[in-house]
This record gives sequence, C-alpha cells and structure tokens, in this order.
Amino acid sequence: MHPALTLSVSFWSDQFVNGLTTGSIYALIALGYTMVYGVLKMINFAHGEVFMLGSFAGYGALVVMGGNDLSGPVIALAILGAIIVAMAASVSASVVIERLAYRPLRNAPRLAPLISAIGVSIFLQYLVLEQTSARAKFYPDIFPRGSLSAGPFEITYIQLFLIASSVAMMALLYAIIQRTRLGRAIRAVAENPTNASLMGVDVNRTIVVVFILGAAMAGVAGVLYGLFFQTIRGSMGFIPGIKAFTAAVLGGIGSIPGAMAGGYVLGLAETVGRELLNELPGVSLGNQWRDVIAFTLLVTILIFRPTGIFAQRSTTRA
Amino acid sequence: MPLLEVRDLRAGYGAIIAVKGISLDVNEGEIVTLIGSNGAGKSTTLRAISGVIRPRGGQVTFAGQRIDRLQPHAIVRLGLSHVPEGRGIFHSLSVYENLLMGAYTRDDAIQADLERVYHLFPRLKERLDQPGGTLSGGEQQMLAIGRALMARPRLLLLDEPSMGLSPVLVETIFETIQAIRREGATVLLVEQNALMALEIADRAYVIESGEITLSGTGPALSRDDAVRRAYLGEA
Repeated sequence: MHPALTLSVSFWSDQFVNGLTTGSIYALIALGYTMVYGVLKMINFAHGEVFMLGSFAGYGALVVMGGNDLSGPVIALAILGAIIVAMAASVSASVVIERLAYRPLRNAPRLAPLISAIGVSIFLQYLVLEQTSARAKFYPDIFPRGSLSAGPFEITYIQLFLIASSVAMMALLYAIIQRTRLGRAIRAVAENPTNASLMGVDVNRTIVVVFILGAAMAGVAGVLYGLFFQTIRGSMGFIPGIKAFTAAVLGGIGSIPGAMAGGYVLGLAETVGRELLNELPGVSLGNQWRDVIAFTLLVTILIFRPTGIFAQRSTTRA
Repeated sequence: MPLLEVRDLRAGYGAIIAVKGISLDVNEGEIVTLIGSNGAGKSTTLRAISGVIRPRGGQVTFAGQRIDRLQPHAIVRLGLSHVPEGRGIFHSLSVYENLLMGAYTRDDAIQADLERVYHLFPRLKERLDQPGGTLSGGEQQMLAIGRALMARPRLLLLDEPSMGLSPVLVETIFETIQAIRREGATVLLVEQNALMALEIADRAYVIESGEITLSGTGPALSRDDAVRRAYLGEA
C-alpha cells in the first residue's frame, strides 16, 4: 500500500481550487434554501429553477449586449450588467412564486407547500426546456483567459472572479443579516413570527424580503455558473439545486453561516474527497461519482446529524 | 373618550370561544387590571386587542380608531405595545438587539429611551451583548418591559408580568409599572397575582369563563368579599 498520495501536489491544489469553485456556486444557492427555511420552515424546491432563470436572463443580457463580439474593458461592464439583469429576473420570479404558490398555503399542512414547490420547479424547468426546444445555450466566451500562480496553486481568472464575487456577495448578505434593522427583523421573524409582529414587523413583507435576498444570490450564481461552465439548459437547476439543498443541510438548515460553509464542504468533498477515495487500492471513481458522494453525504447527515455538522444546539441560528 | 374601548369582544381558537363578549374601557393615564383565574380568557382578550388573533366579533377602538381588523404590526404603529405571556424575548438576538426590536417602528433618535431603560433596569445594561436566551426569568421580564417601552407606547398591554418571578422581583416589576404610568403611559395589566394588581390599579375588571363579572376601582374590588374569596386566597 502507498504510504503517501501518488499524485502530484499541483494535482491536489487544482482539485482544491475546483472544489472552491463549485463550492461557491453551491454556497450562493444554499443561502436561499436556508433563509426561506429559517422563516417558513419550508424547503423551497423551486429555488434551483430560480437559479436557472437567472442564468438564462444573464445569458440573454450578454447576447443583447454583443455576445462574443464584446471585447476590451466593456466586457467588465457587460458582465456586471448581466449579473444585475440575472438578479432582477431571479428576484421577480421568486416574488411571484412566493405570492402565487406558497403564500396561499401558509397555514396548510406542511406537505402542501412542499408539493407546490416541486410543482413550480417542474413547471419552470419544462417551460424553459420548451422555449429553448430543450437545446443547450452557450454563454459568450468572453471572459479573459489566463491564470495566476501562487506556490503550487494555480487559479484561472474566471475561477478567481467566481470565488471572489461569491465571497463578496456572501459577506454583503451576512452584513445585512447581522448589522441592519432589516436583518434583525428577518432573524426575529425566523425565531418567532408572532413576537416579531408585536414589535411592529410586517411578517409577510419580511418573508418576501427573504425570498428576494435568496433569489438575488441565486441570480448571481446563475451568471457565474454560465461564465464558468458555459453550457446552460432548462434542466440545469435541478442538480445544483439539490446539491445546494444538501449544502444547507450539511451546515444546519436555517443557519446562514452554515449554508456558506456547507457549500464549500460539499464542493471540496466532491472534488478533493473523490480523488482521495481514488487513492485507495482498487478504487476508481469517475466524475459522475461526484453526485453519489454528495447524496451519500446528504443521507448520512440526515440520519446521524440532522441539525448539521456545525450545530451545537438545535436553536443555533443567524 | 377612553384611550381603549372594547365592546362585546368575542375571540377564541378553533371551536373554542374563550372570550364571550366582553366590554371594557381604559382611560388615558390609568392602570387598569384584568384579573381572573387560569383559563378565564385574560390572555385571549389581550391577544385579540393587539391583533395576534383576529376577533370573532365586537369592536376594539384605540385612540379613536377601529383596530379590530388590523394586523398586529399595524396596531403597534398606532402606539399599542403588547408584552405577551412568556415574555416573547428573541433568544438568538442579543439583549441590545431585543431593545432595538422594540424601537422597530421608530425612525427618530432612540438613545434617550435606551438610557431610560438602562436606568429602570441597570442589570440589562450589564448584559447588552448576551443572547436574550441566556437571561434569567426576571431579567427576561425586565427586557420584555424595557423593549416594549422602546416603542414609546401610549398603551402597554402586560400579560402576567409577575409569572415565575421571586417576590422581590415581582415587587420591582410592579414598581416599574407604576413608574411607567407616572411617565405618561397607560397600562392594561393582566394578572393572576390579583392582590398585587389591585394594589396598583386605578380600576379593575374580573373575568370568569370569558365574561366580565365584576368591575370597579382597585381598592373597592380588593375589599369585595367575592373577590377576596376567589382571587385573594381568603376563605
């Protein structure tokens, strides 16, 4: 048996950077799941499609702005524009979904909004598949190529941009939740909606704000995903959606820092973790095993530690 | 015109009607108490006034405005604060954040009000950064009252503020209620501790099985034989 890893340091550092890249996407999407769960105790299974719609809106914006003909510094503006359009699209979709599919079921048995969410998810997925004749779209290949190196680590510009903008968005969200009046209201509603209303908080409005914040994160994730993976399609929201749900469960559903950390843990488990398993004698797991690893983690956590890997108490939140 | 006017209020949960048509008035500047045994409908009355549950019937008028169809957050904005049974502290928010939640409806300066709460309850000032859930029962009650004052309410609804507290703390809380009234707020107090409540109340109502059976000034009711037998523990 080999006492040490057989593959080179640069291979492992590449896996690490790849893990952070997919982890960033998972973390951004996971925030929407965890925040909505925090205030409504409901899993918004349409959230993966909110991410997908954002990705398509960003794609449309980039195409309108010139697509592959974009060049020079204008590219930065175009990407910023695409992100804003994507956020707007995801937010609008999410607000409509909340109003039409969830709010009427607010006092219904818990299974009802869950089924409604799955229905919305399938509806949106097939709506876009139908509109695109089930064909993939390709994000304009405009992001500057090249990479930076630091020691054994090499990171492409697009990966650096993806990770940095994800972290920036999450820091912004965290500051809103922890430091603002709105954030306090959200935490108060998550803990006890009746008591929050006695403080003068409009609970329904706060719930809408939570959907907006989560959808904005998913919209950004949609553009970053498109820029990085380039191929998008109507069904693209499904796997990242349940992966992000897994990440939220890993971190303790309802917890915002947990969802962020869970995203990265999952991203790394799928990449670095898979390759570590491959170091075992007789094991050879292809890329498709990423999903097996992710969902094995999900089931294991749900069975053995349903409050998440970081939770000290079941009431830990914020 | 009374600050709060309740007429023929009916309220309940599901098939249970806990409040069967009660009427009461609270005038500006008064301490009014609603006493009665467990399950008589005291908390339900407060919850129906503050909008936590929707009244089944009757009218609630506050400061000249009908509020019985409003949502709780809108009622708070009119100047009516409700400290619910069990205190309603946000356990995951710090003591300071809980106080800020009390001032949620305000956009003017709140520093003077924070100082007033620290003055009333010096223990809170020592615990500002602690999560609300780590406070003792007495401290939570202080925080609940202090937080309600942060809204600068015209009318404060207090539900069982003495529950679960030591006699010394009960004394402190009741002194604070009187101090709050001296500073201009009006108080509607629900209590099982009828003796203490009648001592500080200008007027009182006795509620039994969802109906008002007696009313009068605090001193008069505390001399009433029926009240003494039923609520003051005398044979």
